[in-house]
Amino acid sequence: MPARRWTSSRRSRVAEPAAPACPDLPVAAQIAGVLDSPLVIAGEEIPSRLITGTGGAGNQEVLREALIASGTALTTVSIRKVDMRLGSEGPGLLGMLRDLGIRPLPNTAGCRGAAEAVKTARLAREALGTNWVKLEVIADERTLLPDAIELVEAAEDLVDDGFVVLPYTTDDPVLARRLEDVGCAAVMPLGAPIGTGLGISNPHNLEMIVERAGVPVICDAGIGTASDAALAMELGCDGVLLATAVTRAENPPLMAAAMREAVRAGYAARLAGRIPKRFWAQASSPPID
Amino acid sequence: MIVTVNGEDRTLTDGATVRALVTEMDLPDDGVAIAVNGMVVPCSSWDQSPLDAGAEVDILTAVQGG
Repeated sequence: MPARRWTSSRRSRVAEPAAPACPDLPVAAQIAGVLDSPLVIAGEEIPSRLITGTGGAGNQEVLREALIASGTALTTVSIRKVDMRLGSEGPGLLGMLRDLGIRPLPNTAGCRGAAEAVKTARLAREALGTNWVKLEVIADERTLLPDAIELVEAAEDLVDDGFVVLPYTTDDPVLARRLEDVGCAAVMPLGAPIGTGLGISNPHNLEMIVERAGVPVICDAGIGTASDAALAMELGCDGVLLATAVTRAENPPLMAAAMREAVRAGYAARLAGRIPKRFWAQASSPPID
Repeated sequence: MIVTVNGEDRTLTDGATVRALVTEMDLPDDGVAIAVNGMVVPCSSWDQSPLDAGAEVDILTAVQGG
C-alpha cells in the first residue's frame, strides 16, 4: 500500500494530523490515526472534535448518558446564582463531569453586555479554576444573536486578563477576523441561531471564515441533526459545539452517538477531499465496445 | 447585621467573614464563586474578608447550560 496524503492542502494553517510515522502501516491504522487526531486550542489537545453543551437536558442522568455516548472531552456549563431554596446544584454537575473525565467549559450565556460577560467570566474562573471561557454576549432574547460590538470589547478585555477566549459569534467572516485579531484562541460561528436546529444557514460564510482563520473554527449553535454536524466539518470546521440537538432529541444518548459519528465522518471527508460537483453525469464504468 | 445574599436578606453576626457565610450555608470550597458588592472575592481571601452591614453578596455556581 503506497503512502497516502491524508491532509488537505488548503488546511495547512491548523495543526494537521501528523503524517503516518510508518508508511507501511495498514491503511486502517492510518485512518484511525487521522480520525483520532485531537483538536488543539491554545496549545492544548482536546481529544474529541465534538464539544457538547449541558443545557436543555431533562435530568442529569439523561445528560450523563448522552455525554458518555457523545465521546466529548469538553462540555459547557453556565454560571448562575445558587438557588437558596434548592441548595447548590453545581457540585452535583461538576462532580459528574469529574467522574466522566470531561472538562467543563464555563460560558457567559445570558449576558447582555461586555461588562456583564467579563464579570461572569471572572466568577467562572474563580468557581471552576479554569481560564477558558466560552464568551457569549447576547443582543436580544428573540434571536439570541451575538452583539458584535459588545462581543469584541469583552473578548479584548478577557484576553488582556489572561483568559483563553472562545467567542460565540455570527457567521460574519469580518467579525471572525476581528475576534482573532484581539487574541481569541478560536472562533465559534453559528450555523443558525441558538436552539433553532436549522442547520448551516450560510455554508459559504463558514467556508470563508475557515479559509482565512489562523485559529480553530468551531461551528457553534443551530445544529439540528447529524448531517448538519457532518456538513460543518466538511466545510472545514475544526470542531462542532452543540447542545439542544442532543439534549432535546427524543433519544438524547442515541442522538449523541449519531453526532459523534457525524463529526468524525465529516472530518474524514474533508481531509479525504470530495469530488468536484459537475453539472452533467460522468460514467464511472468503462464504455461498452 | 443584615447582608443581602443573592437578593435575599440574611442576618449574620457583626464582622462575619465570607468564610463564615460559606460555612453557615454549607457550601463547598470548589465549584463556587463569590462576589461582594460586584467584586470577585477569591477563595484564598474568604478568611480575611469581613462583610459590612448591607453588603450585597452574590454566590454563583455551575449549572447545566450552553
